[in-house]
Amino acid sequence: MSANSEHGTMTLKLIVWRQKGPNEPGRFETYLAKGITEHHSFLEMLDVVNQDLIKEGKEPIVFDHDCREGICGTCSQVINGLPHGGQVRTTVCQLHMRKFKDGDTIYIEPWKAKAFPVLKDLMVDRGALDKVIQAGGYTSARTGAAPDGNSILISKESADYAMDAAECIGCGACVAACPNGAAMLFTGAKVSQLAALPQGKVEAAERVNSMLNAMKECGFGNCTNHFECQAACPKGIDVKFIARLNREYLKALVF
Amino acid sequence: MSLLTSSVGRKVLMAVSGFFLLMFIVAHLAGNSTIFIGSDWLNAYAEHLHELGPFVWVFRAFMLAMLLIHILFGVILTLENWGANPGKYAVTKRLKVTFSSRTMIWTGLLLLSFIVYHLLQFTFRVTPEIVLAADEVGRFDVFTMVVSSLRIVAIAAIYIFAMVVLFLHTRHGIQSFLQTLGLSNDNLQPKYALAGKLISAVFLVGFGAIPVLIFTGILVK
Repeated sequence: MSANSEHGTMTLKLIVWRQKGPNEPGRFETYLAKGITEHHSFLEMLDVVNQDLIKEGKEPIVFDHDCREGICGTCSQVINGLPHGGQVRTTVCQLHMRKFKDGDTIYIEPWKAKAFPVLKDLMVDRGALDKVIQAGGYTSARTGAAPDGNSILISKESADYAMDAAECIGCGACVAACPNGAAMLFTGAKVSQLAALPQGKVEAAERVNSMLNAMKECGFGNCTNHFECQAACPKGIDVKFIARLNREYLKALVF
Repeated sequence: MSLLTSSVGRKVLMAVSGFFLLMFIVAHLAGNSTIFIGSDWLNAYAEHLHELGPFVWVFRAFMLAMLLIHILFGVILTLENWGANPGKYAVTKRLKVTFSSRTMIWTGLLLLSFIVYHLLQFTFRVTPEIVLAADEVGRFDVFTMVVSSLRIVAIAAIYIFAMVVLFLHTRHGIQSFLQTLGLSNDNLQPKYALAGKLISAVFLVGFGAIPVLIFTGILVK
């Protein structure tokens, strides 16, 4: 354990939301995270705590995670009141313990939104975002041979704009941060990405309406332009995409 | 009709009605500013307005419709938003939310009660302290009516408080309606936010100066 002896270790007090199942009452429980180094990621720190819990014969803390590279959008925890811990453009898995000090108290909670029911502890069901995508977050294309390269020309500007919108990893931090539990940044990014490209323009009007309907059916709230979503987004998705969604809606309404 | 039912449709109705209410505030401030020139100007302005006859009523009906739409959808959207949020986090931290953006429903409802009071006072003229008289040239004396009411400390305080509430409401509302109507992007948004603050400050100073100057006895004629 050379890392520990060289850098010293931290002990942190974790106050973690524990909930047995979707309709069970939840409560906060306090744990000590011992032997944590500055090199641990936040999720690795939880792995350490879970190992200790397993050794004690207790149930480990359930949390979502997958790639641990900051690109899959699976990790989802509100840390000290901020989704993904509040470090700019950083997912929980890329948040490192060097951002914390020995003796810190850390509150860890699941995403809170009516559309995201808690499955267990820190894991929520984000299937609502999939339903919004299924409603219109695609382009219909004929199958057959691969199209010729460059048969549809796309300007650098449009390609860059669409790519910025496509950076969304669908983690749901925007919904978790929104005081209204709205998914407008997520939906706006997909509507904008596809509306900016010739392949997506064809279904633009249908798309914006059906995605908005799906949003409502899933129980997401309405945008009140707080812009908390943009500040919380680990990919820095801009609220200009919400304005674009609003424009696409008006275009669909008028034309 | 998706305008009435969809999330963005309802917000568009909020934005459009809010825009007309904002335009009304601008026109009202311009009209009120005649009081700074003198009682003669204010009374003449009021007389001209009333000479418009049926147009006044068409205009009033339109503004009432805008107000009702704004209130109705404001309340519906807020209730939906409360329903979509199951509760606060144990630790509450805000990155961008402002006091102004967070309290729109409350500042809105306070403004509604102020509008009712203001109309009862200076439009229907039924509040107990109201002074009804004619000026030297036989016009209704709006100036004396306003001055005698705003000399009362409680009434001056209500007006000043209402203008602070209006400042908070339009501070978020101006940038918000531009975003909702899709007229915003990453370059314009911060400019809208700044414009919202400046315009709201003009409202606060412009309208707020009237009760302040009257109550302190600076505006007498």
